[in-house]
Amino acid sequence: MSSPKSVKTGAALTEGAPKLVLAGNPNVGKSVFFNALTGMYADVSNFPGTTVEISRGRYRDYDVIDTPGVYGVSSFNDEEKAARDIILEADLVLNVVDAVHLHRDLFLTQQLIDMGKRVIVALNLMDEAGKNGIKVDVPKLTEMLGVPVIPTAAVKNVGIVEVLDRLEEAAQGNRLEGIAELLEPYTEKGLTEPEALMVLEDDGETCRRVGMEPAGMQEKLYRQRRERVDKIIAAAVSEGNDRASFSVKLGRLMLRPLTGIPMLLVTLLLVFMFVGVFMGQTVVELTEEKIMEGLYRPFITDLVGRVVPLDSFWGQVLAGEFGLLTMTPVYVLGLLLPLVVGFYLMLSILEDSGYLPRIAVLTDRLMTRVGLNGRAVIPTILAFGCFTAATMTTRLLGSKRERFIATALLGLTIPCSAQLGVIAGMLSSLGLLYILFYVLVLILLFGLVGRLLNRLLPGESTGLLIDLPPIRLPGTRNVLKKTFVKTKMFLKEATPLFALGALIISLLRYFGLLEAIQAAISPLTEQWLMLPREMATVFIMGMIRRDFGAAGLSSLELTGPQLMTALITITLFVPCIAAVIVVFKERSKKEAAVIWLGSLVSAFLVGGLVARFLSLF
Amino acid sequence: MTLDEARRGDQIKILQIRDALVRSQAIRLGISEGSRMQCAEIVPHGPIILKNRKQEVAIGHRLAHKIKVERVG
Ligand SMILES: Nc1nc2c(ncn2[C@@H]2O[C@H](COP(=O)(O)OP(=O)(O)OP(=O)(O)O)[C@@H](O)[C@H]2O)c(=O)[nH]1
Ligand SMILES: [Mg+2]
Repeated sequence: MSSPKSVKTGAALTEGAPKLVLAGNPNVGKSVFFNALTGMYADVSNFPGTTVEISRGRYRDYDVIDTPGVYGVSSFNDEEKAARDIILEADLVLNVVDAVHLHRDLFLTQQLIDMGKRVIVALNLMDEAGKNGIKVDVPKLTEMLGVPVIPTAAVKNVGIVEVLDRLEEAAQGNRLEGIAELLEPYTEKGLTEPEALMVLEDDGETCRRVGMEPAGMQEKLYRQRRERVDKIIAAAVSEGNDRASFSVKLGRLMLRPLTGIPMLLVTLLLVFMFVGVFMGQTVVELTEEKIMEGLYRPFITDLVGRVVPLDSFWGQVLAGEFGLLTMTPVYVLGLLLPLVVGFYLMLSILEDSGYLPRIAVLTDRLMTRVGLNGRAVIPTILAFGCFTAATMTTRLLGSKRERFIATALLGLTIPCSAQLGVIAGMLSSLGLLYILFYVLVLILLFGLVGRLLNRLLPGESTGLLIDLPPIRLPGTRNVLKKTFVKTKMFLKEATPLFALGALIISLLRYFGLLEAIQAAISPLTEQWLMLPREMATVFIMGMIRRDFGAAGLSSLELTGPQLMTALITITLFVPCIAAVIVVFKERSKKEAAVIWLGSLVSAFLVGGLVARFLSLF
Repeated sequence: MTLDEARRGDQIKILQIRDALVRSQAIRLGISEGSRMQCAEIVPHGPIILKNRKQEVAIGHRLAHKIKVERVG
């Protein structure tokens, strides 16, 4: 639900404040540290690639910057580029490493040291290392790296204070042998040391920026660094037991199709039951019908009626059918709020459990058919939360081609949380057959459009290469906090747009334009889609916000097949204003226009076909 | 043989990673030519999961086909 801005900022930042950069591999707890340092909330979840936008905040005199997790400083994908630029500028690096996976994590640590950065290491997840019987010789590690190393268990609030107290001790560590000599010719030409290292390691963008040829040493240096890390590990870390714990076994079962597919289906069913049935019907009945329609609307209508006549212009704008004080709060608070809360609660639990990357593995084979790899499942699932956030997460996909395919598929076929909630509520009143039909149409379309794009677009997609985080019990505090933060963002973003939408509709209606529009596009609504002409209103609402459109459906009287047609059309219909803005930002203008027009055309095309198909029965 | 032919439970040694881009990405995850690890899980016609110490890494089928390995002990 986050808005399309590339940098989240907290307190006012002073120019020239020293930059404290949080760097580390994906999923090691950087954002937990960021939150502890700044008192802000950056998303924390259990899959690599949670942080895709840079968050900034303040701690004492420092400008604190949270970066996307990377395995090394280079530019294999967009996330890495973003992290690289921030790391190159850092005055001080707080390198968070995962004590369980030091073998992987120290590669980056050594690279940061080779850059000549001042580094302090937070040896995080010590609680899990303890459980796994892994012992780290901290003094030895400190000595070999040449920078302070502080054991922590960030989510349990262990060691954070010590890290904060000792920030100033950050030091330049022990570089790879021979690096200093290799850097010298470049620094003499005026490059900074980090830039020089990037040129040595063939980083294309840095080379272009400083106008130099890549030195062609990447492989050699990577190999040398790997060997150095292996040596450090051998000296300072003792491997624990190799017993497969319950969570490891559970993680494996999630991957095997025989057990994994039923587990996935059950998970989806549970989410649907909770959001669509419990929240969407039981709770919404209370909040929308009893509270908002039953108590609030009569109250506010009466109140407005005392000040201005209800059939006057202002009466209509404030308290009419689409009034600012009537429809907006009824929809936003009564209908959408419970659905959004339910959805983000489920999503936060899934995100924190470590399940998402395993779904990526399980579905990799299917996703390669549509020109993506399993990784794309993560933005797909997040898109059910909000398309805007998911579009940003497509940055973790390996190529431009994949990012285009993913964005197009998400924009077209995936309904967003609030919309899905409304749809799920209406669907479950239609019965199982309709639910299956709806799901089938969307999956079919996802597959067809994906295969088509895969055929048409030149090039080849990258293969899956993803590290699997351990399965964990989601932390209650983090789940609640995240749900709260996301819901708040939803309210902040949705309410003004809803109000705007309500205002536009009221105005159109008052000046008689709504009927004109409805009549003008009635060939489309009445003849092609076989729906009442009032459907035009829903489409106008849907352009402003998708969930707004879905909510508008609940006020129309429709038969089963009609409702089905309407739901499918509205699902496929153009992404809302916020989504369009983010697509324009993340993709090129041409791509964004193609996606926008494409979904408009396919929405009506498929909608009409569905209507015809259903009328056969 | 190539990695996609490995079986669950095999101990393998990486001989060669043919794609340069994959090679430099894998080395950072601790998978480099010469390293030994376990093939922990295989999704039929899908990814292979390699276990290197505590770290599990999933590698897509097509990528796995580009990685030369041999079975060891
Ligand atoms: N048990 C345990 N879990 C931790 C600890 N620190 C972080 N976590 C969990 O590790 C996961 C990752 O934390 P994040 O802060 O999102 O990690 P990140 O480094 O920002 O990840 P990316 O943004 O994906 O790079 C979350 O599920 C945290 O709850 C710790 O010390 N102990
Ligand atoms: Mg993060």
